[in-house]
Amino acid sequence: MDNKLHVSSSPHLHSGASTTKIMLDVIIALIPAGIMSVVLFGFRSVAVIFTCVLSCILFEYGFQKISKKPTTVCNLSAVVTGLLLAYNLPVGIPLWMAVIGCAAAIIVVKQCFGGIGQNFANPAIVGRIVMLVSFSSAMSTFPPTVFMADAVTTATPMQLLANDQTPDVLSLLWGNHQGTLGETCAIALIIGGLYLIIKRVISPVIPVCFMGSVFVMALIKSGFDINFAVCQLLSGGLILGAFFMATDYTTSPINFKGKIVFALGCGIITACIRFWANLPEGVSYAILLMNITVPLIERITTPRPFGWEGIKK
Amino acid sequence: MKIKTVLSPNGHVHGGAKVPHRKNTSEFKTEIMPTPSTVTIPMQMHIGAPCEPTVKVGDKVKIGDIIGDSQAFVSAPVHASVSGTVKSIIDFPAQNGGYIKAVVIESDGQNEVSDSIIEKTVTSAADLVSAARESGLVGLGGAGFPTHIKLSPKSDVRLDTLIINAAECEPYITTDYRECMENSEDILGGIYLVKKHLSIKNVYIAIEDNKPLAIKLLAEKISAMRSEEGEPIRIVKLKSRYPQGAEKVLIQAVTKRKVPSGCLPADVGCIVMNVTSVALLHRFIKTGMPLVNKRITVDGSAINQPKNLLVPIGTSVSDIIEFCNGCKSIPGKIIMGGPMMGMAQPNLLPVIQKQNNAVLILNKADATKKEESACIRCGRCVSACPMNLMPTLIERLASINDVESLDRIGVTVCMECGCCAFNCPASRPLVQYMRNAKAVYRKGIKK
Repeated sequence: MDNKLHVSSSPHLHSGASTTKIMLDVIIALIPAGIMSVVLFGFRSVAVIFTCVLSCILFEYGFQKISKKPTTVCNLSAVVTGLLLAYNLPVGIPLWMAVIGCAAAIIVVKQCFGGIGQNFANPAIVGRIVMLVSFSSAMSTFPPTVFMADAVTTATPMQLLANDQTPDVLSLLWGNHQGTLGETCAIALIIGGLYLIIKRVISPVIPVCFMGSVFVMALIKSGFDINFAVCQLLSGGLILGAFFMATDYTTSPINFKGKIVFALGCGIITACIRFWANLPEGVSYAILLMNITVPLIERITTPRPFGWEGIKK
Repeated sequence: MKIKTVLSPNGHVHGGAKVPHRKNTSEFKTEIMPTPSTVTIPMQMHIGAPCEPTVKVGDKVKIGDIIGDSQAFVSAPVHASVSGTVKSIIDFPAQNGGYIKAVVIESDGQNEVSDSIIEKTVTSAADLVSAARESGLVGLGGAGFPTHIKLSPKSDVRLDTLIINAAECEPYITTDYRECMENSEDILGGIYLVKKHLSIKNVYIAIEDNKPLAIKLLAEKISAMRSEEGEPIRIVKLKSRYPQGAEKVLIQAVTKRKVPSGCLPADVGCIVMNVTSVALLHRFIKTGMPLVNKRITVDGSAINQPKNLLVPIGTSVSDIIEFCNGCKSIPGKIIMGGPMMGMAQPNLLPVIQKQNNAVLILNKADATKKEESACIRCGRCVSACPMNLMPTLIERLASINDVESLDRIGVTVCMECGCCAFNCPASRPLVQYMRNAKAVYRKGIKK
């Protein structure tokens, strides 16, 4: 019989929270958008999602085996990265390209910088940007949804907005327009985002400030055209980015004020790229740029400890 | 006339943790434990200078006799808790590591009371302070700060508020609740003593809203006494959230005042006393019996019969377990105090000290902690910290010996309440890391 007593530092109670449970919640929150991608783009979206998730898991497992590090595939973070990357790809993407994107995300950005919690930028976003730069034509060919007449090859809502046309708000809401797999259906993404907020996985600060600042910038740009601003809010990768990518724990500030600064930065850069740069969409670049500034933001937004009012330090 | 319940102005503490209450023993009346055959009384059960034994091996002692005292200002005398013979004076392992001198008394089973135990008369603040010192009273909430020092603030300080801490936010522990239910007269008596002699204007009894019966009882007693005394005592019902009972958090919740870092409650005009402490002060003046017994909650997943016990100071954990009919499974962890801030003990030797209020016996399953994994920077430790610190950043800074940054982000403000570690999804022992960071900081500052 083992009669030895455990001696450890207090506290001796734990809330039961775990990294795996958090990642599982994120996966659950991403399911509605996944289902809508199959509804809108057909079964090829399953192939893209499956390829991304599987290759992310394998790259993480393989890298950790080769570098003789403990395997952390069980915490499901690789699954989340795979899902997010897949949601950022057009349905027609050749699968081998998706695999390369996953390699960039998991091996280069995540594992080479020390694995979970250590990456300087969001792996899925870097994966997407690598693909966007390397395979620009495949990445910007968006087939129509199954509900659109075949002959009609319209532009994405972002391209429409860039050409001063306004897309239909209703079709933006339920996703019947061209775009990447997971970004089109605003309602599915909002449901997932609210789930994460209710489960307290993410705080509403980043999504609200991010989308709010884009909305305000759009209002100003268009001379207070509400319709234009709403369309800006609902189109492109903004909702997906604001709820699921900008809120990535590792690459966003951990304190309240820092989150606000970070999210406002994301929103302003997104709006600037959309309105004045040569690209129709800027969410990924905005988040990536702000990811890099996180250590600086945290340095200037460190909270004052209790009772330090009026003490100079 | 009905006493209004003042809701805490802030509602709840910043951050904190939603810990399970587990107040299984709340309706268990206090049982008096039979005198154990021997008691081991440590010479330091308070913050401050340790006492020196004033007895020799072979001396006969009675309950209430002083057996240890110190000339130092910050200290509290130690009294015999049983009658009998001093068997030995030993070096005894302290609950937080290290060794302290302790007097071992073999009980004669007679429970004879010392002749010095007589009613005290208190007519001034100075009388009250000296009575508090004589009683050996220390902060019974857990810190063990000598009460007579709390009652004698610096001359430039103006006290206007007395807060009676009955929050009892730690899971399991129900000793303060039992004090409210069983000794409400002593509590109010003690409050009026302190209020009168220190001329304090506002008195609040701060209690969490998970103790409705105690709130009701105290409110009734207060309204009954109201006619005799001037300003009423107000009850502040606090939202149940750990660490609502932590001194600085409590002061802010009740008065909206913030105790500056490095200062005492007196600096913002407040004095905070544990509810059992204030009752004991009254009892001492009424009867002359110093702090020789302590009520403790015995609970946890491995104990056969959870109880609230009144035990002589110096009773060993093994005697207590035996009185509670032993364990139903092999104990995996023994904690002196609550599960959030209590100390895990390596064996059954520890004895009940003045500032202890619980012994928890956990089974093997509850004792093992999940292995820590990498920090994912979720920020839950930051939002949980009632002191507004960034535990995960402090951990990193300590690991690279960055003393300057540790100073800048306020590592010393940490009170080790455990909210960060409780909420950490990576199961990182953050309190341990915070203690380590403080050590790194202190070492670095000395250089």
